[in-house]
Order: sequence, then C-alpha cells, then structure tokens
Amino acid sequence: MVTVWLRVAVTVLLRFWFSFGSNEWYQKSPSPKIAQVQALDLLVAVLQRQLFTHTPTLDADGNSSASPSSVSSEQAVAIDSCTPIMEFVPPSFSNDNRDMGIIQVFALSQGLEYWARGFGGEMASLAMHPHFPATEIPWSWTKIKFWDVSIWIKIWEEEIERSKSTEEERQLQANNRDFNLQFEYANNSIKTSKYNFFTFLPLNLFEQFQRIANAYFLFLLILQLIPQISSLAWFTTVVPLVLVLAVSGVKDAIDDFNRHKSDKHVNNRPVQVLINGMLKEQKWMNVQVGDIIKLENNNFVTADLLLLSSSEPHSLTYIETAELDGETNLKVKQALTVTAELGEDLQKLTEFNGEIRCEAPNNKLDKFTGTLTLRGEKYALDNEKMLLRGCTIRNTEWCFGLVIYAGPDTKLMQNSGKTTFKRTSIDRLMNVLVLVIFAFLALMCLILAIGNGIWEHDKGYYFQVYLPWAEGVNSASYSGFLMFWSYVIILNTVVPISLYVSVEIIRLGNSFYIDWDRKMYYPLNDTPAQARTTTLNEELGQIKYIFSDKTGTLTQNIMCFNKCSINGKSYGDVYDTSGQRIEINENTEKVDFSYNPLADPKFAFYDHSLVEAVKLNDVATHRFFRLLSLCHTVMPEEKKEGNLVYQAQSPDEGALVTAARNFGFVFRARTPETITVVEMGETKVYKLLAILDFNNVRKRMSVIVQSPEGDLTLYCKGADTILYELLNSSCNFLKEKTTEHLNEFAGEGLRTLVVAYKNLDKDYFQDWIRRHHEASTALEGREDKLSELYEEIEKDLMWVIGAVQNMAVLAVPWHLHREPSAGEWFYFNSAVAGLTSSVLFSKLLGATAIEDKLQDGVPQTIETLAKANIKIWVLTGDKQETAVNIGYSCNLLNDDMEDVFIIDGSTSDDVLTELRNARKKMKPDSFLDSDEINIQFEKSSKNLKILPDEQANGVYGLVITGHSLAYALEGNLELELVRTACMCKVVICCRVTPLQKAQVVELVKKYKKAVTLAIGDGANDVSMIKTAHIGVGISGQEGMQAVLSSDFSFAQFRYLQRLLLVHGRWSYIRMCKFLKYFFYKNFAFTLVHFWYGFFSGFSAQTVYDEWFITLYNLVYTSLPVLGMSLFDQDVDDRWSMLFPQLYVPGQQNLYFNKVVFVKCMLQGIYSSLILFFIPYGAMYNSMRSDGKAIADYQSFALMAQTCLLIVVSVQIGLDTSYWTVVNQFFIWGSLSVYFAITFTMYSDGMYLIFTAAFPFVGTARNTLSQPNVWLAIFLSITLCVLPVVGFRFLKAQLKPTPSDKVLLKIKEAKKRPPPPSPKRRLRRTSTRRSGYAFSHQHGFGALIMSGRNMRPKSPFATTGTFSPNSDKHKHKGL
Amino acid sequence: MRSVSGAEGGGGAMAVNYSAKEEADGHPSGGVGVPGGGAGGGGAGGAVKTRKPDNTAFKQQRLPAWQPILTAGTVLPAFFIIGLIFIPIGIGIFVTSNNIREYEIDYTGTEPSSPCNKCLNVSWDSTPPCTCTINFTLEHSFESNVFMYYGLSNFYQNHRRYVKSRDDSQLNGDNSSLLNPSKECEPYRTNEDKPIAPCGAIANSMFNDTLELYRIDNDTRTPITLIKKGIAWWTDKNVKFRNPTGDGNNLTALFQGTTKPVNWPKPVYMLDSEPDNNGFINEDFIVWMRTAALPTFRKLYRLIERKNNLQPTLQAGNYSLEIAYNYPVHSFDGRKRMILSTISWMGGKNPFLGIAYITVGSICFFLGVVLLIIHHKYGNRNTSADIPN
Repeated sequence: MVTVWLRVAVTVLLRFWFSFGSNEWYQKSPSPKIAQVQALDLLVAVLQRQLFTHTPTLDADGNSSASPSSVSSEQAVAIDSCTPIMEFVPPSFSNDNRDMGIIQVFALSQGLEYWARGFGGEMASLAMHPHFPATEIPWSWTKIKFWDVSIWIKIWEEEIERSKSTEEERQLQANNRDFNLQFEYANNSIKTSKYNFFTFLPLNLFEQFQRIANAYFLFLLILQLIPQISSLAWFTTVVPLVLVLAVSGVKDAIDDFNRHKSDKHVNNRPVQVLINGMLKEQKWMNVQVGDIIKLENNNFVTADLLLLSSSEPHSLTYIETAELDGETNLKVKQALTVTAELGEDLQKLTEFNGEIRCEAPNNKLDKFTGTLTLRGEKYALDNEKMLLRGCTIRNTEWCFGLVIYAGPDTKLMQNSGKTTFKRTSIDRLMNVLVLVIFAFLALMCLILAIGNGIWEHDKGYYFQVYLPWAEGVNSASYSGFLMFWSYVIILNTVVPISLYVSVEIIRLGNSFYIDWDRKMYYPLNDTPAQARTTTLNEELGQIKYIFSDKTGTLTQNIMCFNKCSINGKSYGDVYDTSGQRIEINENTEKVDFSYNPLADPKFAFYDHSLVEAVKLNDVATHRFFRLLSLCHTVMPEEKKEGNLVYQAQSPDEGALVTAARNFGFVFRARTPETITVVEMGETKVYKLLAILDFNNVRKRMSVIVQSPEGDLTLYCKGADTILYELLNSSCNFLKEKTTEHLNEFAGEGLRTLVVAYKNLDKDYFQDWIRRHHEASTALEGREDKLSELYEEIEKDLMWVIGAVQNMAVLAVPWHLHREPSAGEWFYFNSAVAGLTSSVLFSKLLGATAIEDKLQDGVPQTIETLAKANIKIWVLTGDKQETAVNIGYSCNLLNDDMEDVFIIDGSTSDDVLTELRNARKKMKPDSFLDSDEINIQFEKSSKNLKILPDEQANGVYGLVITGHSLAYALEGNLELELVRTACMCKVVICCRVTPLQKAQVVELVKKYKKAVTLAIGDGANDVSMIKTAHIGVGISGQEGMQAVLSSDFSFAQFRYLQRLLLVHGRWSYIRMCKFLKYFFYKNFAFTLVHFWYGFFSGFSAQTVYDEWFITLYNLVYTSLPVLGMSLFDQDVDDRWSMLFPQLYVPGQQNLYFNKVVFVKCMLQGIYSSLILFFIPYGAMYNSMRSDGKAIADYQSFALMAQTCLLIVVSVQIGLDTSYWTVVNQFFIWGSLSVYFAITFTMYSDGMYLIFTAAFPFVGTARNTLSQPNVWLAIFLSITLCVLPVVGFRFLKAQLKPTPSDKVLLKIKEAKKRPPPPSPKRRLRRTSTRRSGYAFSHQHGFGALIMSGRNMRPKSPFATTGTFSPNSDKHKHKGL
Repeated sequence: MRSVSGAEGGGGAMAVNYSAKEEADGHPSGGVGVPGGGAGGGGAGGAVKTRKPDNTAFKQQRLPAWQPILTAGTVLPAFFIIGLIFIPIGIGIFVTSNNIREYEIDYTGTEPSSPCNKCLNVSWDSTPPCTCTINFTLEHSFESNVFMYYGLSNFYQNHRRYVKSRDDSQLNGDNSSLLNPSKECEPYRTNEDKPIAPCGAIANSMFNDTLELYRIDNDTRTPITLIKKGIAWWTDKNVKFRNPTGDGNNLTALFQGTTKPVNWPKPVYMLDSEPDNNGFINEDFIVWMRTAALPTFRKLYRLIERKNNLQPTLQAGNYSLEIAYNYPVHSFDGRKRMILSTISWMGGKNPFLGIAYITVGSICFFLGVVLLIIHHKYGNRNTSADIPN
C-alpha cells in the first residue's frame, strides 16, 4: 500500500512537471487528450515501472509477463498518435528510428537514459494504456498553471485510479478460487457511490469548497477573523454558508444514498454458482473470477463470462445486447466444442480446470482475445464466446459460463466512464457575470478604499480627538488598505452565495414538473417522461438545432404490411361507397382474420378485397403469399400450440411473413432442409434447396424450394431498382402498372419490395447446385463466385418470369430455363398487347409495401418545431431513399420547398462543388467579397469561431450521404458544410456512422452559437446524445443505452414539442426572470452601503442591521423569488404549443444576456440610490412627531431596510405574471415574516436576554410609528417601481417583440371561446420514389442451411395437417 | 451522476420494458400505437401499479392563478392616480412643514466677530468653563411647545469604529461588563487599569456644552425653563440603559471600581443630581449614545413647554443664549448649533418630503399624459398582431 501511494505521489509530481501545457486536457478529461500528454504518460509509466518494479511473478516460467520485444502494428499506431512529441525532439534524432526512437530519444535528450533503457519492454503497456486511443489535438504551448489546484487534484485522483489498474494480463483457473485469489482481481460487487458514513463529511466539504462561490465565502470568513478588517459580525457570513453547504450536502447525500441503494440492489441479485459440485444460490457481489455460474432464460448476465455450454444445439446461446449496445436483434454466441461437451453435468463442470489467459480488463466491447489451456491443449478464445455483463439471455433454457471479468472490470463498467459534465449556456454566462461582479466589487472597494484614505487624511486625522485610529494604523493609506478588505466583506452580497443553490433548486423543481407531466406519459408501456439530468432545464428553452435519429425515434421501428400490388391490382386502401379513398383511423373496420386460427391478432389490415381474393382462391394472390411465407430467413418459435413467435432478422421480413401468416399462409417451422407452411389450413412441407442470401450489393434474396408436388421454384424478393434492371422489356406494360403502384406507395413513405418467382427445370437446377457446391467450397474468390452463380440463376429468373407470365396468359404451363429466341419474344409481346390488362396480369406477383410506421404525431411535431424556428437535422444510418422518404412522410421535406439539394459526391472536390452550388442558389450574395462572413474570414482566417446566421432566399432542404459527409467534415470543407447546411431548413444525413453523428453535432456546436439537442433511441445515438448540449433518449423499443446517456427521456418523439415549447420555454423564462431579479435585488441591497460610505467616512459602516444582512437573502427574499421561478408562466401550455413563435426569444437568448444583466445592474444602482437618498432626505435634520430625534443610525437603518424590502417585494410582484396562491402566500408571508422578525428582534425581551446581539431595541416601535417614515417608504416604492412600469409599458407600445404581440393576441383570444385543438393534417403525398431497405447487413441464410441454430423439433411443427376448418381448402400450387 | 448504477439499478423499470417488448417482438406488423390511449399499463395483471403521474393541479402546473398584464388600461390610470394622490399629499406636507417655526444659531465661533470666538480652542478640562453669550431676536412667536436641539456638523458619529465603540451590556447595568468592558471599547476601555464606565469612544466624546436661554425684555433677563427629562426614547431610558444593580441605590457605590471616561470632567454618577436621571440613565447621556446616521445631526437638548393657552411659548422678541463652551469641535472643522423648533404631526421642519411628493406627483401626471399620447399614436398600430396562428 505504501508503495502505491509513494508511486502515486512521484507520478503526480512527474506528470505535473512534464505536462506543461496540459491544463486543457485535464480540465476536459476524459475527452480528447493531447497526444503529447499521452507520451508523457508513457514516459512516466516507464519511470514508475523502473522505480517500483511490480512484476507479476505469476507466470509459469517465472518470467516477467510483459516482455514483447517487437512492436506490433497496434503499438505502431499508438506511437503514431504521439508524433507531436517530435516537436520537441531535436530534428536530427527523429529521422532514424521513428517508431521507438522518438520516445527513446526524447527520454535520452532529457538525460534520462534510465527510462530509455527499460523502454523496450514497456511498449506493451503503451498499447494498453487507457489514454491512447484518442483524437489528436495539435500540440500547443499553453501557459503553465501551477496554482490551479483542481489540476493537481485531478492528476492525483487519476493516478490513484491508475495505480489500482496496472494489470497487464489476466490469468485465472476455473473452479480454483485459491489460485485466482492471489491476483486480487476485483469481485463482482460494484460501487458507484462516492461516500460512506464516515467519509461523507470531509469529502463532501472538500468537494463543495472547490466551488468558487463557496471558496470565496470561506475566504470572507477568514477575512472576518482579522479584527482590523472585520466589518460584519461572523454570523452574516457563516449562517448563509452553512445553510448553502447543508442544502448541497443533503442533496449529495440523497444522491449517494440512492446510488448505495441501487448498488445494493444490483449486488444482491441472486445467481446460481457452482460450488463444490453443487449449484448454490449466491448474491452477485459474491461471485469471483474463475467461478462457474449457471444462467437461465431471460436472466441478466452476471459478469463477463466465457460461455462453456448451453441447452441449445451446438451450445449456441442467444443474447440480447440492448443494454450494452442498444441493438435488439438477437445475437448468437457459441461455446468451444471442448467446453460444450460439459453440458449440464455438474460433475464434469466441477472437474473443469481450464486455465485462461487473456487481456487485461478494457472497454472494447467487440474485442476479446485470450487462450484457454485445458489438459495441455491450447484453444483460442474470442469475443464470440463471451457473454458480457449487461446482456440478457434469450431463447436459451440454460447456459454455463466462467467468470472472466467481474464487477468493475467488466466491459460494461469499463465503458461507463466518467460522464461528461454538461453545463448550460446560462451557467457559463453566470460564471462570466460572477467574474464581472468580482471586478465590479473590486472597483467599488477600491473607490471606497481610496475615499477612506483621503478621508482619514483630511478629516479622520483631525477627528482623532474623538475617535483615535485603530491600533496599528498609523497612516491614512494603511487605513485605506484595511478598508478595502472591510468593504470586500460588506459588499460581498453582490456576489450572491445563494445564487447557485437557488438555481439548483429551481432546476430541480422544473425537472420534477417534467417527471410529473401526464401529457408526456406514454400509457402503452407505462413510461413517464424523465428528467435524468436536473441541471439543464432552461437550455431546453433555447434549442436551435435538433439532431434526430430516424429509426425508433421518428419511426416506431415497427414494420406494417400496409399495401401490396398483386397482378397489377393495388390492395390496401379503403374506399367508401362513392369511391372516395378514406383515411384509415382507429375506427376503420379491420379485416376479420378469424377464419385463420393461426393469425396474429395484432395484425391489422383494412382492405377486405384482398381477403376476398385469397378466399376466392385467386392463384396469383396465393402465390404471392406463398412466396412471402417461404422466401425469408425468419426463425419461428412455437412454445404453445398456435402461439407463433417469429424471430426476424429485420423487421421488414417479420412484417412480410406475418402478413402471409394472417392471410392464410402460415410459416410454421423450419429445419435446415424443410420449411413447413400451413397453406389455407393445409400443412405443406417444402424442401428448402438453397437460400440465395441477402447482402447489400445484391439487395435481394431468393430461396429455391421444392413443393410437395415436386415442382422446383425460385422465389425472390428484392429492391425494385435491382429487379427492374434485370427485367426484360417484354414486361414493360406490367412494369409500368407495378411502377405506378410503387410510386404511389413510395409517395406515402412506404418501403417497397418487388417479389417474383420462377419455376426451375430440374436438370438445370442439378447443374447449378453442383456448380454452387463447387463454388462454395472454393478456396479462392468464394464470395465472387457465389454471387456470380446467384446472379445467373436469378437473372435467368427475371427473364423467365416475364415469359412465364405471358405464357400463363396463353394457359401454357411452360417452364422455361433458357433465353427465349427473338421469335418467341415477338410471340409473347403480341400476346401481351392483344389482351385486356386484367387477364394479362392475372399471374403477376407484384410488390409489397411496408410502412415504416411513424410514431404518432411526428409530422405535426415537426411542423410545430419548425414554426418555433428550430432546425431539424435527421441523422440516420438508413440509405438515402429511405431517409428522404421518411423526410417527406413526416413533413420535414415537402413540395413547397424551393429545392432539396442532394450531396453525394464521392471526392472531396465533388462535395465542395455541390455544396457551393447549393449555397449559390440559396444566397448568391454569400460569394461576394462584401459578404459579412467572407470579410470576417479574410480578416482572421484562423480565429473565426462563431458564424452568424445567414438567411437563404427561400426554404431549402439538404440531403447528404455519409460518404460525402466524411469529406465534408474534413478540414476546410467543414466551414463550407456548416454555411450551406445551416441555411437550409432541413438537413438529412443518411448512411452516417455513430461517430459521424457526433461529429455533425460537434460541427454545429463549434461554428454556431446555438444550443443543440440530439434525440435518439439506440446505442448508435449515444455519441451524438452525449455530444449535444441536450441529449434526449426515447425510452421504448430498443435498449436502454441511449436513455442512460441522455439528459431527458420519454417514450414518444411527439413529446419533444411539449418538452421544448412548454417545459423548456417555461424553465428558460423562469430562470431568466430569476436571475434578473436576483441580481437586481442584490445590487439594490448592497449598493446602499456604497453610497453610505460617502457619508460615514468610508468606514465600512453598514446601512442595515447585521441581522437583516444575514436574513435578507435567506429568509426575506428567498421564497418569493423561488415561488416565481417555480410557478411562473406567461401563457399556459396550450397557448405555448399553439404559438410556437413564443419560443424564438429563448433561441436568441433575449431574456437574459449581458445586456440584460447590465440593465439589471443599472436598475439596481438606481434603486439603491433611491433607497439611500430618500431616507436620507426624509431624515436629514428631521424630528419625530414628539420632537425627539429620529436621524439616529438605527432608525435610518430600519427605514432603509424596510424601504428596500418593500421595494423588492413590489418588484417581484411586478415580475410575477402568474399569481398562484403560493406566490401570494410567499410574498405576503415574507413581508409579514420580516415585520414579525423585526419586531421580535427589536423587542425588549430579546434585548434583555441577548443584550449584545440585538442592540436595535425599540427601533421598530419608535420608527415605524412615524408618519414621515411611511411617507418616505411610499415615495421610495413609487420612485423605484414606476419607472420600471413606464419603461416596460413604453417598450411594449413602441417596440413590441413578437412575443409581446402573441401575448396580446392571446389575451384577446382568451375572451373568446378557446380555439379548437389543431386538426390533424392529412399527410402530403409526393411523387418521390421509394427504395427498398433491408436494415441488416448479411442474412442468416448460412446459419439456417447449416442447421446450427435449429432446436429439437417443435412438437407442433410437422405433426400432420392442422386444419381448423371443416371444409379444407386444398390447392395445388401450380 | 449518470452511471452504470442506473443501468443496473433500474431493474424495475427494465422489467416493465421487457414485458412490453416481448409482446411486441416478433409481431412487428402488429397494429400497435393507439395514440394517447387511455388504459394500458405495463403488462398483464390488472393490479400493476402504473407510473402515470398524479393528476393534481400542482404537478400538472395548472394551479389557478391571476395573470395581470401591463396594458394601457392598467398602467395609464395608475400614473394618473399616483399623480393625483401625490400632489395633494405633497402640498399638505409642504404647507405643514412651512408652518413650523424654527430658529437656528451657529455658535461655533469660528468668525472673529462671534462672541464665542474666544472659546474656540477650549479643551476638555479647562476650568472654569469658557462661557459666551449670543443674543438673538425671534421675529415670530413660537406658539406651541418648543424643542431645543443642539446640532453638530462634520461629526462622524456614524463611523464604524465609533458606532461600535460601546458596551451595551455595561450600559444595561450588567455588573460583570461594568468591571470588564467589551474589547470594542478600545482604546477607551480602561484608564489607569480601571475599567471606564461608560466605556468607549461614544461615551467619551459626549457633548457637554451647557445651553441656557434667557428672554430679554426691556433689559431684564428672564431665564426660560428648560425641561431636561423626556428627551430620550422611552425604550432607551427604561430598557436599554440601566444603572448597575447592587445593594442600595447609592450610585457612587455601585460604580465603585470604575473610572470616568477620559474626557469627562466628572464620573457618570455625577451627571445629574436627580437619581432617576443620573448614571447611565441620564437622558442627555442616552440621547448622545443614540448615534446619528449622518455626520450632520441634531439631538434634542431641552423641552420648553407651553405654560398656558394665552401666551405663546416663546414670544417674538429678544433672547440670549448662554453657552458654557466645553466641547471642542474646531480641530476637525466641526460646527455647533442651537436650534429652537416647534413640531407638527409629521415632525420637525423638513421641506424635502413635501417637495419630493409634489415633484414625483407632477412627473407621474406628466408621464401619464405622455404615455397616453404614445399609446394613442403607436399602441393601436402595433397591437394589430401580425402573428399568424
């Protein structure tokens, strides 16, 4: 332990010594680090190792485990990232041996051969070093800041952290706790709490005093201890400070208590652990590395496990990684064969003594390397065999795993790095303002100190007959110096200590409102909205850019089989009796699928004609659904009879299969060789001969099946563009009709797919399958060969299908597998032309249309947000067509737009040209030299930071693909992109990676002075959510990852408008009002002392009673302002949503900024002048009505403080626009409390008990009974308040802001009956083409064909014919 | 605070999500999504507690409230009304103030012609005291009770160190403080190792001129009775200031062991002959101890009561003021005054409030007119909101 601390200490010193310029990094940690620091870290690590050799002597051979002599590629990369170190390596050195040399040379040049020598062996640690994979930031010499204690603390903490994790390689043995214990691996208990009972007080106080305000007050307290300086009683500072510390402390304590609770909850989860040959129930926290544990279906994975065996064939285990990476798709893990043999034989499992060597704990979710040594044999381990903590076991009855990493070492915990601390722009502004106030304070104190010097010199010197100078003061200037500090104490209230606490309370309150809002509660999955971060509320009222994910956010990620085109006939729309299309809503009658007992009850379809067609045994319709039920890679699960659950790889597929299921073609079961389908009640087993799987190039998939009758058929579905390319011109007419439908579907934002089939010739197929087999076993170019083969058989299909269809017209059952001759073509074509279309297309298969269901209210929400001047960028991984379609269907893009630019250049120059052209069109002026930004750009080409907003000459949209985005985010194109994109109303980025999402957000944050919000639901949105000022997670479909890293979460996208327009706006208004008022009241309060200084010999005499100073912020004025900041609303929520324009002032930061602050300051100064000089005038040479003197100090103090309190109360009354009972109570209550406390404190009794503490005895009684006191009070109120009223009135009259107008309009409208709630708009239809999008990369085909994932046969799958209806519909396919 | 604890700890929340998801899984085409549907809840089982927030006015931010808005209808009348109220009040105060008789004499004696010039450089301990007489003429008679004040200028009774240089416990008769005064009294805490009573700079600098008033009527000097009791606040006299307690009422004995303030000619228990006006409860002392707020101040010195209803308290005519000039102010440019004044319901003569009220009232009225004009000229133009719905 001692060495650890010693090492930490040395390292801290070293790192501080070397990391001259690294302040920035330490403050930003854990964000990008300066490469130079990484190198320094490395050097330090080397030195550390040298000084405190800590070789794990656990290696079997007794060697040090870390001794790789060569540099691996990974390490080379790591070295690359520290090339900036070159800058301070002498150039002559750096050329020779770049890789290792740089650092060695550096070490040498520093005269530290010691390091250099031991360096070779340390390269491994370099690669492992947690700070290494970082973005490079150009090295810059910034000033060294030794005095910044926070850096020291941070380094210290990090060193402690690091000293705990110097593990290099993990070694463990199964079922051998004694062996594993020697490594002191962390066990599975996690600790996220910060304090315990004993450390709470010191640690929490230490943390709190790091806040500048608290530290400042501590400083004041120390000042007050100096008698010559002390100008206020100790309690004026101590009481507020203690209160503030107590409030924050309680909050921290509650937070930590909750963390303790959740830690405890997690740590106490039960799990079955194999101990001494028995399965024993243990708590999670007691699980040790090397234990074997048993998990059952739907269990959470306890720790990072090596999968040993499972209930499923081939020891497959299905997991859901939603919590880890947000993907809900099931993932398959497979154990090593050697461990799979263990099965669930406890005896064997107990005897299992494999030894694992693997990498040290790290945060790479997708990487794991290690070896298992069992009975002398070595087996490689990779990520495919790991079950990570945070996953959930699915579809697997049981599995056994060996704990590799536990507790804090798990990848989940390693990934949950320190959360980046987000601050609002008002926070930042507040910090600036506090500095301004400090400066202002210093200025005032300086003036007063100089005044004191002069006064003491001119007057005080002579006045010494009655008032000698204080002890030790022998010159006027020294007195002035002391007085400076005295005034620092007195005027400290301009820096409001309670400001931060109040701000926190207000934010907390407003967060609770979000949690409590019933209109943001989603009943379907019982999810209320949640403010996960309680410190960002007002920023919600300032959002200018929204970055939204598409899938799961705008859309539900639920695919609905919505329409289809069969035989050139479109199904899916509902028409009324007059032939008008009617909008489908909840009341539309659904199609009754009760004739089919296997139907999925949740499936909804409204067009009855399709069912009729099925029931009428329409051949094409049957074939259409047969195709849908056969051509896919869905896995069925039927635990109870009739209760089918499909595990689809992509939701599109699931939708199609489910549709087929409902219409009577139930996909029931599959084996590697067969597919069982219940066709209209009759069970048929198709032989599955081949799956021609999907991939992104082919964009289609096919299956080749043999029907029970023996017919060979190829069924294919795929993207229209792909299939059409392959179709022969003979199908033109057919294509036209289908295309028409496709366009129609696409216009509604549906995802379309074209389906086709082909009957195959047996001989040809035999030949093909042989070649296929050859190709699939080929060693070289297997992929290419296979896809060629696929192409061949499918391409043929395309040709043939046209022919087959035409032949069908002639009722010739003809299976064609060769290219028809020209003559044949002629024959077909003329046949086509000569027949009516209904007959002609009677056997066409057609197209499907799947609705990527938008979430409810998305178009309306987007419209409302757009009205609120919020720009919406959609960042999606989907392909361009899909994204654009969704853009249209949710009203982001529409036909009213002047233009929608598409940027998809594949070189940097292309992208630049495209961007420029777009900008040229939107704002030709922006290329002139006279353009504002260009001028700025010319002036300071490097320091251009914030771009002003530019106005385009119309409404534009921009679509950019991920590929182009990669170029656009580079170097100087960045600026071009921002300028162009920010001029557009809508930007859609498609095919973007999670990293790009974050980069785009970062880009806007960097160049625009705007508040950004990112909303998403999946793990791929996490980076963007964390980057944006505000992250919103959709809690619903996908995993918890996005929600966990978000600041706010709710279930539906549409709640966003309420969050922003209602809660955000209110929070912003409240916070601004609060700050305005708070600064005002403290200025008015404090500056009176300043004026009094001129009349009291600059002696730091306070105007008010010390008790009043103590209680003013804490008691007398705290509740009214809190009341206002918690309840105020200018207009209620309904109006807020109805007039999104009200949101604009927040975006422009109009309600609180530096100008407003200066205004508050001026108003405060004005008020303080009134508050001083009116009592002054009223008292000067004045008398009481009984002739006794009133111009005494105590009466003056009481008068001034009463004036002040009433004035600030009236002022808050004026600021409050929503007077609830609570506000009334607080304001009147505070005033009453003031008088009550005042009279009590100044009463005889209090004086007699605490004589010295309350010297103001009798003042209240004697003073407040005087009429001229009250006259003065009324005069002060009038003078303080009337100008404000007049000014506000004038402003509203002469320069009404848009929100003033809206308010007026609302006031007028309120007299009339309330407006009807906005009507749901019909969706715009557009003529854009749609594309087909499978959302996955590669199919499951291979897995299915291999049969690896098949369960033992389901008892219901093939047990005879399942026929619910008495009269069986028997159909021979073809 | 976002950390993994949330991930792991939110077990309950996740359970709900999972059950909801399991329902949805595999049935992507299901027609879910009834917007804003009423019932529902997380999963099966009717008694599941939903997390639906309570429908209270407070939580839903629907508390009934009064929402005042600054409109022409409220602002303009306010200005006029305030103007109309303030102007009469101001006139009233002004007239009242003007009706007050006040006479002031500066007897500092800085001018060579002044009778008190000779005393300008007195010191505290000059015996016998320097006296001077100033004659003056009252042009108007003072009808009601007359109050006699002394006024000091350029005297910083409000200096911080001065203000706190006292020991309230001592003055309240606390015996321990009497012998061991508070540190605040330094450097007037002890003298020659004896505690000073009353300690501190305030007490030490107590005003000790004696003023006497004579009416000169045909060369006869009639002294005017000056009442010295009833010049201090009741609370000060009875609560705040108390003599030390002990055996008997002999103040000399009670103040045993203390010494007089440095500047004082005699100890505190010899301030007056009457026992109820001696020691700490001497009213002159109490008045002095109530420190002034500003460097120019008046303190009540004596009362002149109206004897009968037939005669004014002070007739117009010649008077002479005899001063025992003990209190040096010349060294720091101080001034001393004697003021005779009557009072009204609102105290002494103070034109400030009256003028201020009249001015503010007028400005309000004027502003009201200006705002009215502006409102008529611009207000209607702008209120026709060009805001689309």
